[in-house]
Amino acid sequence: MSKNNTGNSPSRRAFMRGAAAAGAGALSVGAAKAQTADPLITEIQPWAQELGDGVDAVRYGLPIEYESDVVRRNVEWLTADNISSINFTPIHALDGTITPQGCAFERHHSGAIDLKKDDYRLMINGLVDTPLVLSYADLERFPRENHVYFCECAANTGMEWAGAQLNGAQFTHGMIHNMEYTGVSLRTLLEEAGLDMAGDLKDKWVFVEGADASSNGRSIPMEKALDDVLVAFKANGEALRKEHGYPVRLVVPGWEGNMWVKWIRRIEVMDGPVESREETSKYTDTLENGVSRKWTWAMDAKSVVTSPSPQAPIKHGKGPLVITGLAWTGRGAITRVDVSKDGGKTWETARLAKPGEKMALTRFYLDTDWDGSEMMLQSRAMDDTGYVQPTKAQLREVRGLNSIYHNNCIQTWLVRSNGEAENVEVS
Amino acid sequence: MSKFLKSAAVIAAISMISGPAMAEKLGLGRVALPEEIAAWDGEIQPNGIGLPIGSGDALVGEEIFADQCAACHGDFAEGIDNWPKLAGGADTLDRDDPLKTVGSYWPHLSTAFDYIKRSMPYGNAGTLSDDEVYAIVAYILYSNDLIEDDYVLSNETFLDVELPNAKGFIVDNRAEAEYAIWSGEPCMEDCKDDAKVTMRAMVLDVTPEEEKPEVVETAAPVTEAAAEVVEEVAVAAFDPALAEAGKKVFKKCKSCHQLGDGAKNRSGPILTAVVGKAAGAVDGFKYSKPMKAAAGDGLIWTAAELDAFLKKPKAYMKGTKMGFSGLKKEEDRVAIIEYLKSFGE
Repeated sequence: MSKNNTGNSPSRRAFMRGAAAAGAGALSVGAAKAQTADPLITEIQPWAQELGDGVDAVRYGLPIEYESDVVRRNVEWLTADNISSINFTPIHALDGTITPQGCAFERHHSGAIDLKKDDYRLMINGLVDTPLVLSYADLERFPRENHVYFCECAANTGMEWAGAQLNGAQFTHGMIHNMEYTGVSLRTLLEEAGLDMAGDLKDKWVFVEGADASSNGRSIPMEKALDDVLVAFKANGEALRKEHGYPVRLVVPGWEGNMWVKWIRRIEVMDGPVESREETSKYTDTLENGVSRKWTWAMDAKSVVTSPSPQAPIKHGKGPLVITGLAWTGRGAITRVDVSKDGGKTWETARLAKPGEKMALTRFYLDTDWDGSEMMLQSRAMDDTGYVQPTKAQLREVRGLNSIYHNNCIQTWLVRSNGEAENVEVS
Repeated sequence: MSKFLKSAAVIAAISMISGPAMAEKLGLGRVALPEEIAAWDGEIQPNGIGLPIGSGDALVGEEIFADQCAACHGDFAEGIDNWPKLAGGADTLDRDDPLKTVGSYWPHLSTAFDYIKRSMPYGNAGTLSDDEVYAIVAYILYSNDLIEDDYVLSNETFLDVELPNAKGFIVDNRAEAEYAIWSGEPCMEDCKDDAKVTMRAMVLDVTPEEEKPEVVETAAPVTEAAAEVVEEVAVAAFDPALAEAGKKVFKKCKSCHQLGDGAKNRSGPILTAVVGKAAGAVDGFKYSKPMKAAAGDGLIWTAAELDAFLKKPKAYMKGTKMGFSGLKKEEDRVAIIEYLKSFGE
């Protein structure tokens, strides 16, 4: 990795060349050649003269108005209404890895419900020694854990199976968020109810359901339930948002978002899967021969360049350019991300902002010197199982075009010499 | 620092970053009562465990379906707009754009009972009786040509019905089919001869337009006289208690019709200010031919016209797109019209 990094560092000389060529049109570079003094510097500005807002001007802060375009967006034609629907995280405009709750994608099956902590009940029943009812206050008395995990809808990038369709990283890859969760491990709660009754745990399952009308029931094998599943009540340090399951949701690290049951109200230990609507008619992957895969829970390694991208074009002309994006895997940790500028002919290894963490987003950067020519930008993630993110062609060869879910293909952005970018497919 | 202290420090450092130690039971919460478990534990398993005692056939189911389901799923379970199609699609799973319905795709009939009983009708979940659910499931089977219309579906006959795609699923085989071939050191140089753009998203042009950030402005004040007139009308004609009752009835309409701030056309038009308004006049909604014709003839949605329409939409207007079978009770119709009045503008 280090070899590539030094190789790609734009030299001072290259920077100056770029500046000269870009001319006065590009503000950031042109400033070095400015003929007239900048009034933002030479004149006293109102914000430097007058007083700003007092404390408490806003009791709970939202982003400043200049950032009001950094919001969740939906694609109306995708769903019949906006209640059983989904929207998308503005990943093209975010950096780092933690997704602020306020712009983290939403997916509801019967709408985001209003459930008070006082009205919250969690039932644990089925093959347990003592069926329990826990209140929210009870949950807060169990030992807590903190973990950062990504939550990706199985349908993320699903609209791209048949071809390049939506023009923006938000729309192609925005059914994902990454938060730091605080909660109680499901293992702790199951052991509180007692698993002696269940006998051999190897072939046991838990069925989890939410308090909303959809209930969104899902079956989870006991091995996973006892491994790392979390019953979470805080995200990024504060209470979950209503749209993410306030007051309590399930966190199923690395596995498809549909299993992360919101407003979780019941956990039942069972001797088999329920085969509910969400695990048969939906969230199953139909292959070319008409046979469908079920229980495709883990989200495979995937990455996308978030900038430049169609919603985040290059506005500064040639010269130093930060290419950045996100990578993740539901089967462990990201170990490496490669970036191609020529549609996959040659690759350079990007710099990871931090070593990959298990089942969490990893930020990558490629600090480069753009010569202003057209690029076909791609990123390719690898994880600690040795898995390499496949191309669209590779995926289609195995699965055909009708899978809907689990599309983790390499994405291509065509970046033109004017800096604008478009979602394309390449040969 | 002694050796002992050093290792103690190491242990402390480890415990500082580990999860909580597994403890004894904490004795938190309380024992769930049998009637509480019965109230929530309702899932139906593929082997029929959990099925309640009851029965119904497609003939009965057809009527219930028309009342409770057809607004979204269509009279013949064929689906309206983007709402799920429940019938059809046989032998399409290995073709482009397969049609996945209860008949063509679902492996277990238990799933249909489980989901309908718990989560349907949309916006009014959990209100169907067990017999009604059996009848609806029978109607869906009938719509898929899987049973005759007089076949009595019950807890006893349920497992006799096998869905066509019952054997159409395999357990996740990515480990064998994919992981082995998509692993190892990837190519870095000369990975292919050429890379050409073969498809562009902009050609399709289905991406939502970038919205300009909304500038929140306070609404322009209504002139005093106008405000008074509005208030007068509202006071004279409006019964809040009745409107509240209507709000409950409106749940049956909610999946297709929206009201008030931010309302959008869905499979039915926005109903804000519909009372007293000209028919067929909501911008951007594609009305049926007869509705357009009635609008051309000057139909106004007075309370009386709405009452007649809502009683039996298809009798009132043959060919209307509204799939709803109607509100038989006069009190429901009166209440809902009052509720609609509360959304003046």
